[in-house]
Amino acid sequence: MATEHFETPMLDELENGPWPSFISGFKRLRDEHPEERIREVANSLLGQLEHSYETRKGYWKGGTVSVFGYGSGIIPRFSEVGHQFQASKEFHTLRVQPPAGNHYTTDMLRQLGDSWEKYGSGLVTFHGQTGNIMFIGTTTENTQHFFDEINEYGWDLGGAGPCVRTGMSCVGAARCEQSCVDEQKAHRLLLNNFTDDVHRPALPYKFKFKVSGCGNDCQNAIERSDFAIIGTWRDDMKVDQAAFKDYVASKGRQYLIDNVVTRCPTNALSINDDDTLAVDNRNCVRCMHCLNVLPKALSPGDDKGVTICIGGKRTLKIGDLMGTVVVPFKKLETEEDWESLVEMAEEIIDFWAENGLEHERCGEMIERIGLVNFLEGIGVDVDPNMVNNPRQSSYVRMDDWDAEAEKWFERKAEEAAG
Amino acid sequence: MSEAAAPRPPTESGCPDAFQYMHPALRRNYGNWAYHEDPQPGVLKHVSKSGDEVYTIKVGTQRILDVFTLRKLCDIGDQFADGYIRFTLRSNVEYIVDDESKVQPLIDAITEAGFVVGGTRNSVTTLSHTQGWLHCDIPGTDASGVVKAMMDELIDEFKSWNMPNRVHITTSCCQINCGGQGDIAINVQHTKPPKINHDLVSNVCERPSVVARCPVAAIRPAQVNGKPSLEVDERKCICCGACYPPCPPMQINDAEHTKLAIWVGGNHSNARGKPTFQKLVASGVPNNPPRWPEATAIVKKILKVYKEDAQDWERINDWIERIGWTRFFELTGLPFTKFHIDNWRGARNSLNASAHIRF
Repeated sequence: MATEHFETPMLDELENGPWPSFISGFKRLRDEHPEERIREVANSLLGQLEHSYETRKGYWKGGTVSVFGYGSGIIPRFSEVGHQFQASKEFHTLRVQPPAGNHYTTDMLRQLGDSWEKYGSGLVTFHGQTGNIMFIGTTTENTQHFFDEINEYGWDLGGAGPCVRTGMSCVGAARCEQSCVDEQKAHRLLLNNFTDDVHRPALPYKFKFKVSGCGNDCQNAIERSDFAIIGTWRDDMKVDQAAFKDYVASKGRQYLIDNVVTRCPTNALSINDDDTLAVDNRNCVRCMHCLNVLPKALSPGDDKGVTICIGGKRTLKIGDLMGTVVVPFKKLETEEDWESLVEMAEEIIDFWAENGLEHERCGEMIERIGLVNFLEGIGVDVDPNMVNNPRQSSYVRMDDWDAEAEKWFERKAEEAAG
Repeated sequence: MSEAAAPRPPTESGCPDAFQYMHPALRRNYGNWAYHEDPQPGVLKHVSKSGDEVYTIKVGTQRILDVFTLRKLCDIGDQFADGYIRFTLRSNVEYIVDDESKVQPLIDAITEAGFVVGGTRNSVTTLSHTQGWLHCDIPGTDASGVVKAMMDELIDEFKSWNMPNRVHITTSCCQINCGGQGDIAINVQHTKPPKINHDLVSNVCERPSVVARCPVAAIRPAQVNGKPSLEVDERKCICCGACYPPCPPMQINDAEHTKLAIWVGGNHSNARGKPTFQKLVASGVPNNPPRWPEATAIVKKILKVYKEDAQDWERINDWIERIGWTRFFELTGLPFTKFHIDNWRGARNSLNASAHIRF
C-alpha cells in the first residue's frame, strides 16, 4: 500500500511560473514512476524538503560511505529527521567524472538513467559546481551496486574531500574558434595521471584542475582552481583586413572605436585611415575582447601555448584568491611538452602535500610562505610576468643581490643563444 | 562470506574520452573552427575552416533532473538533434545540429516540451547554484528553489539580448560560496555566532581542527558542564560558519538570523580587465522561502539600472569601474553602510587613496 503523500504547500508554489520546475519533476517520480521504491523515496524527499522550507533549516548530516577500494567520490547524507521521512533517510550522492567538455550521446544518458533508476532516486544533475555528474540519492548498499554497474561501462568516481578533484574544461577545440590548446587532452592527461589522488584522499585539502582554451576563461579556472591552464599565443594575432573592413561598413567606424579600440586594455589597437586595423602585438595582452567582438576578422596567432596560474580558491579560510601566474607561456605540442606539464603538476602537488597545513589550499600556502619560496620549491625561475608590480616595501634582506642578478643575465644569455 | 560475494575491485578508468560521445561534426572539425555567428537568441552558428557548419541551440532546464525529464531531453535529442547532448558549465543543455533546416523544428520541440531556449551572448543566463536544503549538510538556504523563483522573473532576459553584455548570476547557500563568482551573487550571510550544543561536541568534533578552522581565532577549547567542549569569543566571531562543517553541534544556521547578501562584479574573464572578485552591495535580505521575493527584487533593480546605464560590452564590473561606486549606490537606491568598507587582510588596497571623486 502506498504511503500517504506529504503535504507540500510551500514547494507547490515552485510549480508556478514559466521556468521548468524541479518540484514538478520530483512529483512525477512520486506519482508516476512504476517502481514503488522510487515513488516512496520521492515522497519522502519532498516531505523533508518541505520541512526545511517551513523551518528554514537543513536536515542532512554527513558520515562515512565509500565504495570498495576507494575513499572518495561519495557524498554521504543521512537524514536527521529520518524517523519522519524514512524512505529517504539514507540519501547519498555519487560524484561521477564527466567526459572532458561534457559531451554525451543520448544513448549513454539513457543507459546512465536506467542504471540510476535501478539503484537510486532517479534524480541527477549535469553537473555539480566541481564538475561531476551528481547522482543524487541512494542508500549505502546501493551506492556500491550502482557504481559497480556504471564502472563496468566506463564511468569512474570523482573526488570528494582532501584530494585531487574532478577536472573541468571548456568546450574548446570541439566547437570554438578561439581555442588555443587541446583542452580535452590537458584535462584527461592531468586527471588520469592523478587517479590515485582522486580516489584516495591524502592531501592537505582539495586540489582542482581547470582548463580554458583562451583568456575568456569560460571555465572560471583562474578564480576557482588550484591549477588553471589558460590557452594563449605569443606571435601576432591574425587580422583578416577584408573582414575588418566589412565590420566597419556594417557597424560603423564609431561603433568600432567605442567598442573595440577604446576598450583595448593596453591601447594596442587603432583604425587606419583606410579602415584597416593596426595592432601593436608587442603590447597586446591576449585579453580576448577584440576577438570576441569581431570573431570573423580577428583570431589567435599560430604559435599557441598556455599560461598556468596557481592557487585560485574561494573564501575559506583566508579570503578569496585568484590563481597567479607561475608559467607565463608554455608550448604544448610535443609529447615532451605534455610530459613536462604533468611533471610540473606532480612537483606542485608534492611540494604542497609536504608543506601545506591541514585544510590549507595551495594558494593559501603560497600566501603564507611567499611566492618565491614556492617557486624555489618547485624549481621555477622568477619572471616579471608573475607580478603586477615589483615590491614596494624596503623591508627585506637582499644580501645576495649580485648573485641573483647574475642568474637573470645568465638565463637571458641562454635564451638568446636559443 | 561466500566467494561470490567478494567485493568487486574498481576499474580506475578516471575521466572518460569525450570523442566517443561527441557530435561527429565536432569530432571532424576538432581544433579547426574559423568563426562563429549569433543568428538569434539561444542559437550559435560555428563555421569550420573545412566549410562545415554547426548550429548550437542552448536550453535552460531545472538542472535537478528526474529521469523522466532526462529522457524527455534525450527524446528531443533523438528526434531533432542527431542524438547528442552537451552540457555547459552553468548546466544549460546544448543540442548541436549540422544543418540550418534542423534548427527551427528543434526549437519548436524544446519549447513545446516546456524548456527555454536562450542564454547566449548578452543575456542573463541560467543561475549557477549549489545543493541547498535538498542535499547539502550545512546549507543556510535552498538553491534550486531560489533559482527557480528567480528565473521565473528573469526568463525574458534569458530569451533575449537586452543586456549590455552577458550576466552570470550565482547563488550559494553558505559563505563557502560553492556557487562561485558572479556578475551578481546571492549568498547566505549569517548574522549571529553559532549556538553550541555542548553535550555533543566532544563526541563528534575533533576539537583542534575546529579551533584551527576559525579565520579569526575566536574558538578555544573549554570545559562546559564538566565536559570537554568549545567556546566562541562572540566579540571576535565574524559569523562565517567555517566551524560548522567540521563540528555540526556548532549550529550556525538560524531561521531568522541567517540572511542573504548580494554581491556584484565578479567576472572570470580576462577580456578588457583582469578577472575580478565580486563586491558586497546589499545584505540583511530575508531568507524567505518559497520564492525569496526580496532578493529577486534587488537583483531586478540592479539589472534594470545596468541595462539602462551601461555601455555595450561592459560587464557589471566594467560598468561600475567607469561610473564609480557613488553612482552605483545612487542609481540602485541601495544604502551604503559601514559594512561595505572592507576590514579583512589587504583591505586598505580597496580604499580610495586619491583625490579622484565623482560629483
